[in-house]
Amino acid sequence: MTDATAGKPPRGGQMLAADGTPLKVSLRRAMRAQKLRALLLISPLLLFVLLTFILPIGDMLLRSVENDIVPSTLPKTVVALQDWDPKTSELPGEPVFAGLHDDLVIAVEKKANTRLGQRLNYEYSGFSSLMRGVVRDLKSMDTSRPFMEQFIEADKKWGDPAVWRTLKTFSGEYTSGYLLNALDMQRTENGIQMKPEQERIYLKLFLRTMAMSLGITFICLLLGYPIAFLLASLPLRTSNLILILVLLPFWTSLLVRTAAWKVLLQQQGVINDILVWLGLVADNARLVMINNATGTTIAMTHILLPFMILPLFSVMKGIPPSYMRAAKSLGANDWTAFWRVYFPQSIPGVGAGAILCFILAIGYYITPELVGGTSGVFISNRIAYHISTSLNWGLAAALATLLLVVVLALYWTYDRIVGIDNVKLG
Amino acid sequence: MSLRYILGAAVLVGLPFGAAMAADDIEPCDGCANSMTVVSWGGAYQTSQQNAYSKPYAELTGTTFTWDESSNEAVAKLRAQFEAGNVTWDLVDVEGPDSQRLCDEGLAMPIDFDAVLAPGDDGSTPTADFGDGLINECFIPQIWFSTTFGYRTDVAEWNGAVPTSLCDVFDMEKFPGKRALEKRPKKNLEWALLCDGVTKEELYDVLSTPEGVDRALKKLDTIKDQTVWWSAGAEAPQLLADKEVVFGSTYNGRLFAVIEEQHQPVAMLWDYEVFDFDGWIVPADLPEDRKARVMNFLRFATDTQRLADQAKWISYGPARASSQPLVGKHADLGIEMAPHMPTNPDNMKNYLVNNIEWWADHQDEVEAKFQAWLTQ
Amino acid sequence: MANERGDAAFVAFEHVQKSYDGETLVVKDLNLNIGKGEFLTMLGPSGSGKTTCLMMLAGFETATHGEIRLAGRPINSVPPHKRGIGMVFQNYALFPHMTVGENLAFPLEVRKMSKSEIESKVKRALDMVQMGAFAGRRPAQMSGGQQQRIALARALVFEPELVLMDEPLGALDKQLREHMQFEIKHLHERLGVTVVYVTHDQSEALTMSDRVAVFNDGRIQQLAPPEDLYERPTNSFVAQFIGENNTLPGSVEAISGDRCTVKLTDGSVIDALPVNVSKPGDRTLVSIRPERVEFRDDRMPADTHKLEAEVLEFIYMGDSFRTRLRVAGNDNFIMKCRNAVDQRRLNAGEKVVIGWNVADCRALDAA
Repeated sequence: MTDATAGKPPRGGQMLAADGTPLKVSLRRAMRAQKLRALLLISPLLLFVLLTFILPIGDMLLRSVENDIVPSTLPKTVVALQDWDPKTSELPGEPVFAGLHDDLVIAVEKKANTRLGQRLNYEYSGFSSLMRGVVRDLKSMDTSRPFMEQFIEADKKWGDPAVWRTLKTFSGEYTSGYLLNALDMQRTENGIQMKPEQERIYLKLFLRTMAMSLGITFICLLLGYPIAFLLASLPLRTSNLILILVLLPFWTSLLVRTAAWKVLLQQQGVINDILVWLGLVADNARLVMINNATGTTIAMTHILLPFMILPLFSVMKGIPPSYMRAAKSLGANDWTAFWRVYFPQSIPGVGAGAILCFILAIGYYITPELVGGTSGVFISNRIAYHISTSLNWGLAAALATLLLVVVLALYWTYDRIVGIDNVKLG
Repeated sequence: MSLRYILGAAVLVGLPFGAAMAADDIEPCDGCANSMTVVSWGGAYQTSQQNAYSKPYAELTGTTFTWDESSNEAVAKLRAQFEAGNVTWDLVDVEGPDSQRLCDEGLAMPIDFDAVLAPGDDGSTPTADFGDGLINECFIPQIWFSTTFGYRTDVAEWNGAVPTSLCDVFDMEKFPGKRALEKRPKKNLEWALLCDGVTKEELYDVLSTPEGVDRALKKLDTIKDQTVWWSAGAEAPQLLADKEVVFGSTYNGRLFAVIEEQHQPVAMLWDYEVFDFDGWIVPADLPEDRKARVMNFLRFATDTQRLADQAKWISYGPARASSQPLVGKHADLGIEMAPHMPTNPDNMKNYLVNNIEWWADHQDEVEAKFQAWLTQ
Repeated sequence: MANERGDAAFVAFEHVQKSYDGETLVVKDLNLNIGKGEFLTMLGPSGSGKTTCLMMLAGFETATHGEIRLAGRPINSVPPHKRGIGMVFQNYALFPHMTVGENLAFPLEVRKMSKSEIESKVKRALDMVQMGAFAGRRPAQMSGGQQQRIALARALVFEPELVLMDEPLGALDKQLREHMQFEIKHLHERLGVTVVYVTHDQSEALTMSDRVAVFNDGRIQQLAPPEDLYERPTNSFVAQFIGENNTLPGSVEAISGDRCTVKLTDGSVIDALPVNVSKPGDRTLVSIRPERVEFRDDRMPADTHKLEAEVLEFIYMGDSFRTRLRVAGNDNFIMKCRNAVDQRRLNAGEKVVIGWNVADCRALDAA
């Protein structure tokens, strides 16, 4: 017998438990109860995560491509349009208009017409009023006359092939329209193209969000590391006191904090007043530190700093001071001892703090909205706008989906470079 | 234009219409819910509503009110409530364009105005009394408000010049200093075109072309680097008070507070104010008892006297023509409110009315263009 | 001892004081000379100031007052990394993110040695502690004993003349600890380095050291070779701290030369060696080691006072017998007898008479 077969049950049969059942079966039975109990214990969390996290994200992903409203509101029109070639400059035929009439009669009854109008207005301006107008138009229509001319009489937009092209392009159950829009692209007669220069915004915002979040994370690390280091080396009483100061931003309402930043940073604010008083800055050249990217960076750094300090602190707290002493006793000066012995051991805290800060930063929108002006707003501000103001939830979902993809990609990169197991929150 | 009609009534100030509206004219409410959830904007505006409407009503009927300060996201939240099949709101305060959306989508209930609302004190029917304020079948207007400019009166660089026209906002040479504008295209584009030589009549025809929007943005380019863009209504008054800007556009009630309550060196520039309505909508398909309570409350809260009462706490114009003559003095400051109303004839020599239809069609495209322009 | 060899002290503490809070002294006027090549142990209960002294020597704490000299040079203001002192820490302090080899190479790298030199030194140091095969391992993959050896090798690899050890064996189990004691002792003998060793374990101190400094309350209570410390403690703290000890309180009746009579609290009188009593009437604590107590007439000196004792308990210990007695009101008086063929086993309740050599019964301070 070779080593490989050692540890296997004796030749001629399985191991049996005392009652004669095979040992494996008996073990599985004993474990089943345990597993069941474990499952039961985590089930509330599982359910919670499913309901509040997985389902909404799934819903969001779905909404970013969902286009059900067009085929379900205009079923006959969509079918009739299949034979029409959108490349021609001719209008679709009478059957399409007849189908449109039938569909709209039902739609108006269900009040689905304006919502459809809103949906299509994202792709072609004017659909909104066109669809609101049909309520009035339909009343005056005579079913015995051809609908084509009646529709065009009622609103000349129905005679514009572009309207029909839009309808045909967006007649599927699913659409890439929102995602394309979120990438500053659009679908034209000549295929998918970038939007005109002056209408591009999202890619720029994505890039800015990433760059500024990285910058803020880096500043947090720069400022937070020495503080965490100090906290970890101070006696517990003092460090707790300073920790309270660190956590103070958490306890202050966002509006109070923002107001405080305004008082400090605005052009007639405290910092500018002091600089002018010191003669460092001319009175008519006061620094612009708020309502721009600087304002966002300062305020966000302030808010996110605790998220950097806490994991750093808890990791550093676990590094015994004897390591630094050992390094020094071995001949390393302060810097070498720090850089070669202390810092590598604090890396898990740096990783955790950086990931926390970065992920929180790219999702922030209230602070940038309040102090970011135009050059300091993030992609999330656009998402919030489309959720609550423009009500273009499809586009909001598409933007959020892209943001999620970007975050996952960065996470994957991080895992590749640093290793995600090298992250410690405490 | 019903504004003229309202003005006609406003001139008849001082008529001793009975301020003695009281409990006896409240209709009994059988089978009504005992509580209501009302959605509004928070701040001074909500306080004025509570003082004028809900407090007296609660005293008379014992109804408990829950206030939710979600009006700025009302459409999104109400839509979400309908999608979830659990509508918790009974009455929602929204601006005109939002009411249009909710009504179009069937999320707001159509109202038979003459049946539900009280007739005017002067005997006019509600339909006539509210006039053009009834912008759709779901919306019960409460107030006229306007968005207009305030300016600081103590800017040394102006050498004593006083802005009198909207276009002074675009005049960087005569009136240097920072401006505060809303971070939205609506109103800004109109103002820009008006100061670029477009007449009020052809305004939306010009805006409807891509060139028109570009032209407006080009005009805005002249002040872009001197502009602070606001997104919350409280920001511009604050910026004015802090001397951060010399011009700021905001709601006229906010400017009133800065000028008359906080006594800041700020004055109103009543040129080309943009009018909007604010009012109530009732979510569709409410249970009978809740609906009955809301209707009972609405009849009370939108009668002539109640609407006039609201002006005691905030400088917005009542939406009923019959309320205009009843506008009196501010409850705390004791000053006459009529001159501070956006509907005061002196204040509306030039004005615009929010073009809801045009913006519903062009919002998406113009907003994208505007935001892209902002980030450039 | 250093001065006997005629060398100047290699390490010297002169009037060193240390206070952390400016109110109390943790180390009070410490004077200590350590000879080159000596193995000196600082022994004492926790809080006695021994570790503080070690840390001051290593440079991690600064003396509040006084001077510390290394090879004649004052080092108070020399930073730790320039002192060239090797140190072994209580929990080894091996760098967890480095392999064993990297740990050992660290002190050589910071000294900018060449690669080949580092390699050969690391190898030699690892071989010295029989850990040659472990260079590629991480500290976390090794047992406590193995880590201890690596820590030792790391402290020695850059060939310091002085090595400090701060309770290095504290975390090991008893058997391994005893084994490592011998290894450290042998390494010390082989390399001839000076070792300052801190421990609170007296048997460790007695086994390994050339001299032991017993610390208590910020002072050295006694500085002596292990044998002196055990046989001839100079005060009652040392007597009680080192080894097992019986104490009887009383007061001095009379002193003549190296003998005094002490009246115990119950009135009985014994003879003792006066150590730090000077005149009749002094309060004292006499101390006798359990193995020096006798109860058989033939083994007791004739000319001394004896004491009545009652056997309370007899404990069989294998190589010896322990008998707990009531003596002069003390119920915890222990007598230890060798388990010899002719040894008598006492029974509880039995009354015996006990005595001892006067030289073994030391009249110490009454503290």
